[in-house]
Formats: sequence, C-alpha cells, structure tokens
Amino acid sequence: MYALLWRVLPGPKLAKVLALVVLAAVVVAVLFTWVFPAIAPLMPFNDNTVGQG
Amino acid sequence: MRVVHGAIGVLGELLVTLGVVLLLFVGWQLWWTDVVSDADAAQVVATIEQQLDEPGSDFIQPGKAKLGDAYAIVRIPRFGARYARPLYQGTTRDVLQRGIGHYVGTAMPGEIGNFAMAGHRTTYGKPFNGVAELHDGDVVLVETKDSYFVYRVTGHQIVPPTQVSVLLPVPDQPGAEPTAATLTMTSCHPEYSARERFIVHATLDATYPRAGGVPPEVLEVKS
Repeated sequence: MYALLWRVLPGPKLAKVLALVVLAAVVVAVLFTWVFPAIAPLMPFNDNTVGQG
Repeated sequence: MRVVHGAIGVLGELLVTLGVVLLLFVGWQLWWTDVVSDADAAQVVATIEQQLDEPGSDFIQPGKAKLGDAYAIVRIPRFGARYARPLYQGTTRDVLQRGIGHYVGTAMPGEIGNFAMAGHRTTYGKPFNGVAELHDGDVVLVETKDSYFVYRVTGHQIVPPTQVSVLLPVPDQPGAEPTAATLTMTSCHPEYSARERFIVHATLDATYPRAGGVPPEVLEVKS
C-alpha cells in the first residue's frame, strides 16, 4: 500500500519525502478539523452537565 | 503465496495506520482541544474586559443574554491569579467547548435562588479542572457589567448524572422557597469519565459595584 504510494510519487527521493510530509500534514489537518470533532461527542468522557437522560 | 503475502502486508499497514490515527485522536482530545479552547477563552475574556472598561459601555446585561452570549467573567483565585474564563448563557455542547455555561432557567448571578453553571473538568480548556481542590470558603468571583459577585464555597457532593435536583432554587430541596443567593457548579467525575458529576455549592458573600473593583483580600487564597 505505502510501497505503491512511494512508487507513484514522481521525482527524486527528496521530492517524494517532501510530498509525503505534505500529504501527512493534510491528513492530520482533516482529522483535527473535521473527523475528530465529529467523533468526540460519541465518546463517553465529555459530559459534565446534570440532566435527564 | 505472493498474493497472501501482499494481503497480509496491506492488512498490517492498515492496522498500523489505524493505531496512529487512534493515538492522534488521543493527542487531539487531551491536548489540542485545550490549546484551541484556551486561546479562544483568553481572547473572549480580553474582549469582554475591553468592552467593560469603555466609558458608557453597552456591554450585555446578564438578564439580556441569549443562548451562546458571553456575559460575565468567572475568576477563581484558587485556580491561579490569572484564571479567568468567559461565562456563556446555556449549557450546550458548543458553549461548553468555549468556556463555562450558565444553566438556562436557573437564577442569574447575584439573584436569590440558585445560579448554576457547568464546565469541563478535562479537555476543551478544562475550566473546572480544579473543582476537587476547592476548599470551603474559597472565592468564586463573577464579574458582570455592573457588579462583582463574591461567592464562597460551602461544600461539594458527588451525584449521578441524572440528579437534576442540585440545580433547584434551594439545591436538593424540591418546593422550598429560596431565601439565599447560591451558586452550584457541575463538572464530570471521576476525571476522564462521565459516570458521575462533581458538584460544588457556594453562597453569595458580598457584592461590589464593578466601577470600584474588589478588595484585594477577596482574591487572596487561604492555604
């Protein structure tokens, strides 16, 4: 999977490494901005109010 | 054989990826939400202070605050001299991710009855992280447009999440007519869990006009 990604990335080794760093940063940004905030309310440790339910 | 090897390799890479994503989630929840919420809270507090200090300020009166409006600053000397968090109207998830929330329908700051607020004990800036360290007599200071309300802690209790009676005008006494201005804080318990709620009760001790500030002894922490 990652070997394939390495092979399809163009350019010399340095360019591939840079491209991977940018890709990883994009993935982390998407997770932090949209995915994790959407999952967090489903976690059992974020409630602090009293209420019925 | 090569196909099987390839499949196992891909499965392994997927599992490692999943593990990394889970670790990222933990880091996001325990660290990044604090970074974001702390920065946001500090900025909101600074904005409120600036608006309050303007001559003829038209900053919002507590009673006029709509859901999601920040209308006061909460200071708790026990949590540090620099501790200041915005108080928002309402206790929705969005509000509590930005600061302390005032339970709609409970008394306003300084009013006779029970002024109740909720805050995160962990994550999202954890405004109520130190609730278990509050001693009897500790000050919870609420700064609104016109007044400083000095509440002093009278005790705490740990209750199931369904025990809404802690929010009653006289906490835990259904039907009782309130004669005192009290404060109730709710947060989760134990830390990093939502199994129970940590409740702190306090009573209004003094009120000062905002223009004159508070006497310095109010902000002192007794050990």
